[in-house]
Order: sequence, then C-alpha cells, then structure tokens
Amino acid sequence: MSLTERLPLANVQVGDELPGRELKPDNVQLFLYNAALWNAHRIHFDHPYATEVEGYPGLVIAGPMLGDWLNQCVEEWLGDAGRLVGIEYSNRAASYIGETLRSGGKVVAIDGASGEVRIEVFIVNEADEVITPGVATAVMGA
Amino acid sequence: MTTLLSDELLANIGRQSAPHRELVTRRDIRKYAIATGNRQRKYLDGDQAPPMFHVALFWDVVELEELSADGVSIDKLLPKFPLERAMAGGLKIDYLQPVYPGDWLTATRTLTNIYEKHGRSGPLIFYEVDMQIVNEAGEPVIREKTTRILR
Repeated sequence: MSLTERLPLANVQVGDELPGRELKPDNVQLFLYNAALWNAHRIHFDHPYATEVEGYPGLVIAGPMLGDWLNQCVEEWLGDAGRLVGIEYSNRAASYIGETLRSGGKVVAIDGASGEVRIEVFIVNEADEVITPGVATAVMGA
Repeated sequence: MTTLLSDELLANIGRQSAPHRELVTRRDIRKYAIATGNRQRKYLDGDQAPPMFHVALFWDVVELEELSADGVSIDKLLPKFPLERAMAGGLKIDYLQPVYPGDWLTATRTLTNIYEKHGRSGPLIFYEVDMQIVNEAGEPVIREKTTRILR
C-alpha cells in the first residue's frame, strides 16, 4: 500500500453524504446561547414581543447558532482525519422554537494534491426547505 | 436609476473599529459548546475553542442603557442607513489557527463595502464588515466577512 492510499482522503469520494442530525432547540438552549453571546434581542426570548410587535410566528432561532451547526456537522464527520479550514453560509429564512430542523452535507469536490475537500452543507426545516445553505472547506490527509 | 447611497454614506467605507482584545477562558468555551449542543468532548471540557466561538468572544458587552427597547445594541461601526429592517445575512470564515483557553485575541473590524441592489420587493442595501482576529504574536487566527442585507 502506498502512503497516499493510507491517508483518510483516499476513503472520501465526491457525492459522499455527511451524517444528518436532527436539531430541535428549545427555549432553554436558545436562552443559554444568547446569554453566552450577551445578545439581548427580544425576538429570541420575549414571546409576546416577537409575535405581537415584530409579527413573527414564534421565538426566532438565532442565525449564528444555525451556522454553528453547519460547522459541527463537518467536524463530526471529519473527526481526527482532517481540519475544518473555512466555511461560508447564509441565513436565508428564519426558523422558530418548536420546529425540528436537520443538518447535513455532501462532498462536492476533492483536490488530491492539496488534500482540500469541499463540502456543501445545509440546515433544512420540516418542509425540507434549505434555510441555511453553506460551503465548508476541510483539509485531509497530511 | 436613483440611488439610496449618498456620497456621505459611502464615505464610511473603510471605517475601522478600535482593536478589541479578549481573553479566551475554559469557562466561556464550555458555556458556548454546551449552548450550541456540541458533542465533542474537547470543546465541552473547554480544552479547545470550537469553530465560531469567536462570535461569542467578540460580541459587544454593552451596558443596559446602551440597549434599545428591542434589546439590540447599536453597532457603532455602522452609519445610519436609509433602510433599516435587517434581512438575512451571511458569514464567510477562515480558520487559520486553533484557539485554546489562555489565548489573548485581538479583533479589528472594518466596514469594507456598501452597495445596493433592486430586488422584486424594492431596493436593498448590502454592507460588508471584515473582522481580523490575531494572537499576541500578531499572527492571523481567524478572518471573518459578514454580509448583511437591509430592506
């Protein structure tokens, strides 16, 4: 076996899917997240304000927490076999406490020379709409 | 086509925040990892900071009277825009070095772009803020570009 064949990169193929994860944040998790940031925006904890003043159907799940889950999706798949070096994502639609979301991803490109792997990642809602699409870059091998 | 962006507004491009220096602690890492539902032991124990921990580390710690009625703090880097309702935004992050408890990190934010587009429902203003995070040796640790949309 050559050195290259022993690298974890050799086990990865374009089209490989990352394990999905069901995510159902509750008020407690959303509160702790915003407390860890020092984010007091009422749309995340004040239900009458979020619904009656801002017109949302419920408490809004924080956008960067959805982004964090994309990072977790990639890192859990990578394990010790590689390193997450970059991620790009957008919060395209809001989601609310009570919804069940799902994270996942798919390998879309591999550069054997540099060990760079590009992964499309996403958060979908119950209607299977992608609310947070992104692209992550990891380096595997060396 | 008329523009919402006056020369005076565009003159804010390039505006930079004062450097913001913070200490990474095990306790703050643990809180962040737990709150985000992280499942990796090294993060839950605070041995290393997970990706995006810098979002919490450099969120402005403002005093109560600096918060508006909706609980939001005013971002002093930004000018007053002619559109005010924030829509979806995006983030692009490069992780250049790992972050550990005990690290002192310094973040500097720059307003790098303001532009407008005309969507189906009317005009939209986009702005971009770059955040450069360096360690005590001045080496880059994280680079982040935020894009926000106002309507």
